[in-house]
Amino acid sequence: MQAIRYEAPGSVDDAVRLMQADPEARVLAGGTDLLIQCRAGGRRPTAFIDIKRIPELVDITVDAQGLRLGAATPAADVSADEHLRQRWPGLAEAAALIGSMQIQGRGSVGGNLCNASPAADTPCPLIVNRAVCVIAGPQGRRTVEAEDFISSPGQNVLGSGEFLAGLLLPLPAPSTADAYLRLTPRSEMDIAVVGAAVSVTLDHSGICTAARVALAAVAPTPVLVPDAAHALIGTPMDPAALDRAAEAARAAARPIDDKRGTVAYRRQVAGVLTKRAAAIACERARGN
Amino acid sequence: MSRIHVETTINGEPAEFLCSGEDTLLTALRDTLSLTGTKEGCSTGDCGACSVLLDGRLVPGCLVLAAEVEGRTVTTVEGIADRDSLHPVQQAFLNQAALQCGICTPGFMVAAKALLDANPDPTEQEARYWLAGNLCRCTGYDKIIRAVLDAAADMRKATA
Ligand code: FES
Ligand code: FES
Repeated sequence: MQAIRYEAPGSVDDAVRLMQADPEARVLAGGTDLLIQCRAGGRRPTAFIDIKRIPELVDITVDAQGLRLGAATPAADVSADEHLRQRWPGLAEAAALIGSMQIQGRGSVGGNLCNASPAADTPCPLIVNRAVCVIAGPQGRRTVEAEDFISSPGQNVLGSGEFLAGLLLPLPAPSTADAYLRLTPRSEMDIAVVGAAVSVTLDHSGICTAARVALAAVAPTPVLVPDAAHALIGTPMDPAALDRAAEAARAAARPIDDKRGTVAYRRQVAGVLTKRAAAIACERARGN
Repeated sequence: MSRIHVETTINGEPAEFLCSGEDTLLTALRDTLSLTGTKEGCSTGDCGACSVLLDGRLVPGCLVLAAEVEGRTVTTVEGIADRDSLHPVQQAFLNQAALQCGICTPGFMVAAKALLDANPDPTEQEARYWLAGNLCRCTGYDKIIRAVLDAAADMRKATA
């Protein structure tokens, strides 16, 4: 068996060059999916290109433009960052739900997105916050919206030689907030039966002027649910509006039966979590 | 096969070793450096037996490549005690008899130290959530949690 090389480039350009020179190399961020997949008999890469020595890939910057999140930044840093938590509490709470403290010390939000699990926690908050994925590759950099990044279970839009370098989240408008909720059979160390992320913007009289709703684990990929958002927009986020949003979420859910839950149960929970996450986001937006 | 030469700091001392590109930190510690306090339970990031601190951060040693620790600092269970006295977490585990077979214990101690470094006064619930990634098949966790909360109280007293 051929030995796997280990490379730790110091810049994005160097990482791109290494990837270009070796199509069988894999980018290594926290390794919490990649190393396990390799050991479980997945395709053996020729090299691990560790991107954690590239300063901008393990960095969190919040400024007037919004959030610049290095793709390999550990989840533990994302959930602990005060500025990030203040403006994107839903993203921070999703990051704090991934695996154990040990896993959060390694696993990254970028890796969570690239791994493209339908049940992943952080893609939905990224989607409702209109995150843009910055992809580095042989042709330079290109961007893709978070909702278009995952193409099917375990698959993303990265082409040969490309990797996810970072995520850009625009600064939320005033009186905007997000929330993320998920249901798991156990209270810790489990994978979502359903996850729901909601972002809402209120005007000065408390009327919802903009909303985004995304669901996890109810379809082959995370899904944006425009109908649920429309049910909230133009309303004071009263119980009737929340019920309509829940109904839209149930209608949009295309879940599967598995050991974590049945189709009917997942549909029901998609509605409940949408409603609750919307109420939390609304409460937070009032405080902003 | 070309080996990678790694220079790092382990438990406060400079250390160097050779590894392959896919060796984990866990294997390097146990098999190359004979630091067998760090245990292997699952090697898939699920059990916490391999917990170590990398630049002070709690990580699973089985999901860190050995080559990654070049120039970093690693702390294992062998390094948490003072020269002459046990770490308060270690002492509390003894006092509470918070172990049976002991395979999970080093991981719990390292994770508990990381908790108390970050939060000197955790609630029971905070301690239980923080330690959710450390599995114990023997004790039922109760004595472990008591030991961690005792250690927290001792450490607060010591710094008061
Ligand atoms: S051996 Fe690393 S988490 Fe189980
Ligand atoms: S004491 Fe045996 S696994 Fe914890």
